[in-house]
Amino acid sequence: MSDQNPSEGRPVDDFTGIETTGHVWDGIRELDNPLPRWWQWIFWGTVVWSIGYWIVYPAWPLISSHTTGMFGYSSRAEVARDIADAQERQKVHLDKLKDASLEQIRTDAGLREFALAGGRSAFNVNCSQCHGSGAQGFIGYPNLNDDEWIWGGTLDAISHTITHGIRNADSDEAHQSDMPAFGRDELLDKAQIGDVADYVLMISGQSGDGAAAQRGKPLYEENCAACHGDAGEGNAELGAPALNNGIWLYGGDRQAIVDTITNSRAGVMPAWGKILDDVTVKKLAIYVHSLGGGK
Amino acid sequence: MNLGVIDKTDTGSTPDENLVRHEVEAVNKKGERPPLYAPRKKIHPKRTYGFFRTFKWWVMAVTLGIYYITPWLRWDRGPGAPDQAVLIDMPGRRFYFFFIEIWPQEFFYIAGLLIMAGLGLFLVTTAVGRAWCGYSCPQTVWTDLFIWVERFVEGDRAARIRLDKAPMSASKAFKRVIKHAIWLVIAMGTGGAWVFYFADAPTLFVDLVTLNAATVAYATVAVLTFTTYTLGGLMREQVCTYMCPWPRIQGAMMDEESLTVTYREDRGEPRQPFQKNADWSKRGDCIDCKACVVVCPAGIDIRDGQQLECITCALCIDACDDVMARIGRPRGLIDYDSIANDQRRRTGEPTKIRIFRTRTVLYFIAWGMIGLAMLYALLNRADLDINVIHDRNPLYTTLTDGSIRNGYTFKILNKARRERTFTLSTTGLPGIRLRVVGSQEVGDLAVPSFTVGADRLQSYRLLVTAPAGALTSDAYDLRFVLQDTVTKETATYNSLFRGPRK
Repeated sequence: MSDQNPSEGRPVDDFTGIETTGHVWDGIRELDNPLPRWWQWIFWGTVVWSIGYWIVYPAWPLISSHTTGMFGYSSRAEVARDIADAQERQKVHLDKLKDASLEQIRTDAGLREFALAGGRSAFNVNCSQCHGSGAQGFIGYPNLNDDEWIWGGTLDAISHTITHGIRNADSDEAHQSDMPAFGRDELLDKAQIGDVADYVLMISGQSGDGAAAQRGKPLYEENCAACHGDAGEGNAELGAPALNNGIWLYGGDRQAIVDTITNSRAGVMPAWGKILDDVTVKKLAIYVHSLGGGK
Repeated sequence: MNLGVIDKTDTGSTPDENLVRHEVEAVNKKGERPPLYAPRKKIHPKRTYGFFRTFKWWVMAVTLGIYYITPWLRWDRGPGAPDQAVLIDMPGRRFYFFFIEIWPQEFFYIAGLLIMAGLGLFLVTTAVGRAWCGYSCPQTVWTDLFIWVERFVEGDRAARIRLDKAPMSASKAFKRVIKHAIWLVIAMGTGGAWVFYFADAPTLFVDLVTLNAATVAYATVAVLTFTTYTLGGLMREQVCTYMCPWPRIQGAMMDEESLTVTYREDRGEPRQPFQKNADWSKRGDCIDCKACVVVCPAGIDIRDGQQLECITCALCIDACDDVMARIGRPRGLIDYDSIANDQRRRTGEPTKIRIFRTRTVLYFIAWGMIGLAMLYALLNRADLDINVIHDRNPLYTTLTDGSIRNGYTFKILNKARRERTFTLSTTGLPGIRLRVVGSQEVGDLAVPSFTVGADRLQSYRLLVTAPAGALTSDAYDLRFVLQDTVTKETATYNSLFRGPRK
């Protein structure tokens, strides 16, 4: 038990003879030992130090701005400086990329590694919204990992597609192709479209109505083969996708094919050459080419 | 002889000349009504002689020796590798310790070592109290060294008290300057030795002296010089009493059987000044000479019992033993003892020292098991490792010929100090082909080979293709086996091969 200190009425710990704070937690009392004087001075020292911070660094919010400090320091400016520094250090590599051809970059281990790293981040920022973070594509947006290329899969073809885009008004060299809307424009009737769809199913290796496919064959040769090829092998010059494999931009089941023939398809892609600098486009071409399907 | 007389001047002479009673008060004297803030009470520890003092000199010599000499030890690791025995190579991301070389992903060795250090500390504290604080804590060792310097320059306790009180004079100023200068040199040496652990010591030494070293090296030396000088020279016991959390934690480690520096109250009380030809059966052995208080670097009175401030440096044992020898009483009035023994004496039971208790045995077993596990891991440490990360997006790609392809990021860690060639094979899916993507593409092979440079991590992009129609399920367990073509050492990794839903 504690004695009462008669002068102040605070309890005193028996063992040490030191006053306690008076609080009791589960029978444990807290001694009220004095704080060392130097500790107190360090506390005041930190307070004074913080005033130095107000003077040197941005500190107090004002109505429409804030105090800027003696040297006008800003963390945003520091980030900008760091980025500029990084760009300065990258410049020697960037200059090499600028001068090298795509094939030179691809076959030089150092350049390739640098281009791939930059290409990956540029892809994530600019391309992944449509093509996916792994370039896996979605309905209407091609998968860039596979080896089917609507507009060609060589380094130069990929670079051209990125630079000028597809079906846009920004670039005169943008890829243009127009598949007629056979149904909507009444070039074929519904039955004919169904027959052509069955024929396309057949040449792509899927099962369909054999008799309908036979009826669709002449229709295909008359209306489709000019662009998509006699055997459905496609034509990258014209941007006509191959129809004789399992890769489909808008789906490969009968209903999707019927829809495509009826209404046509015409996806677009911006001319990135107008938005990104040449070196970034090169990095992107190297990156996309490296994903596994590059020719 | 000058026994039993309060000697306010304190002769400060060697203990063989005469026995004195010291005028001193413990800094945490019992029953004092404290103010809100207390000015520091300066402590002037007196020189002691005896077993524990000698032991502490040895511990100081060994610990400081290890600290200062270790970075200068050499260890040949062959060409291209640093030849410093103990080196923390931050830019190269390696930790070298004699024959051990640790990569960042093997940091668990360090974690294991730290856990062992923690458990070892628990074990020692449970057995013999705050032995860490008293003998081997850097704060204690450097403070001891700084007090030694202070005594060397300004003299022992009495002379230092006189000097403190004396008005400023040329001689006083000279002594003060010399003392602080030596302190600063030691502090700088301490900071200097620290940076040698992080770079090649001889090279860095030359760079430091010729002002060619990195700014961070000078900054580190400066900060450690400041902290060593401040903590060891100026703050001393204030660090242990007010700043260090360890004294609080250690309180929970000790039990009633823990040995610690203890005043034997039953034998010492009632304390009385020494009188010649006194009847010792009617009084305690303590002659209240306060020799135990004047030697204490924390400035406390051990006769008040176990205290937070006590670092158990055992110097009071030496001081008291010396006095007991002079007055013809047995040594050990202050000695390593336990609370349980105090109880046993009071009830007339024989005293005993119980080192092997459930607590100490469990701590030792835990400590030993972690030690054995770490040792096992270290002895079986492979210098080859692989990591295979399956692409998340897309999980698989269908190719124009109907085959299915999966992409992987494939990393080889060659921890050996030589270039090695490996072959990569797979089990789990027959007929697949592997392609390594790179500037020189390696075409579709069943078993491609790789060459990885010495002490390197090499990352590849790997494309694995299963022929059309080969898959009957949408997921296969695919096991990658990497084999060294020379030593036949292997590393394996279990991954997956995914295909379209069947």
